Amino acid sequence: MIEIGLGHYLTFSAIIFTLGIVGIFLNRKNVIIILMSIELILLAVNINLVSFSIFLQNIVGQVFAIFVLTVAAAETAIGLAIIVIYYKNKGSINVDKISSLKG
Amino acid sequence: MLAHSLFFYFFSSIAVFSAFMVIVSRNTVNSVFFLILVFISVSALFIMIGAEFLGMIMLIVYVGAVAILFLFVVMMLNIKEQVTNKSSRKGLINNISIGSIVGFIIFLELLVVMGGWNFKGSFVSLSSNNFNIELNNTRMLGNVLYTDYIYLFQISGIILLVSMIGAISLTFTKKENVKRQDYFKQIQREKSSSIELQEVESGKGIKLDD
Repeated sequence: MIEIGLGHYLTFSAIIFTLGIVGIFLNRKNVIIILMSIELILLAVNINLVSFSIFLQNIVGQVFAIFVLTVAAAETAIGLAIIVIYYKNKGSINVDKISSLKG
Repeated sequence: MLAHSLFFYFFSSIAVFSAFMVIVSRNTVNSVFFLILVFISVSALFIMIGAEFLGMIMLIVYVGAVAILFLFVVMMLNIKEQVTNKSSRKGLINNISIGSIVGFIIFLELLVVMGGWNFKGSFVSLSSNNFNIELNNTRMLGNVLYTDYIYLFQISGIILLVSMIGAISLTFTKKENVKRQDYFKQIQREKSSSIELQEVESGKGIKLDD
């Protein structure tokens, strides 16, 4: 309990990851919260990479964490741009009302 | 060691609580603020276990750029109408049950994976010579990032460029009453089509049809 090992960090990142997944499921209000949940999931992945990199003494994990960070930033920018133009066209970003692709 | 564990529990409990608040908070602006809190506490954890460069980059990229982008979008869009009528509430309860079941299963699977980590077979030693304790974290990262992973580094730069162009071209709108440059039209302009000499009699005006 006192000695903080790899398992503690992995459990912490597992909790964050699960919260991100549940956030995607139970969100019915707007798409922005779903994007934030994706950010949480990517953050959990980053925590895993960094803690493995530190505890296994290999720096490559942190290099990949930097790449994950880059992709997360790009994804957020594109996603928010899509949300903005969707709001301009439809006037709402409510998840329930986004159903124009329904057959 | 005691201080390390105390700080770990402090920051991780704040992060877990804020991540929970991100997904349950009614107001979207509040969720963005809790997201910022998650990022700050996780970057504190990174700095604590010795990944200082990544912790600082997390602060700069996530708190400084991504969260501010979220705030801009939330404040630009008028997201007030969140009235939950009867049918959507029924769907909400359905979603909560399915979502919590799926989330619980995923969490259990992750715990099983972590438990299995203790029973791992003897594999090739992962500790390589790129982890040198005498150097600091940033220098270690730079030694690897700019040599072995230079192509991936360049590609990630291209990804950022593409996403920037994509975001601009998605949200770009042409305004009607703004005069813009038209290069081909400007280059093709000639003397014969633009200048005309007119003989004007004295005492009389001239009418130009334009």
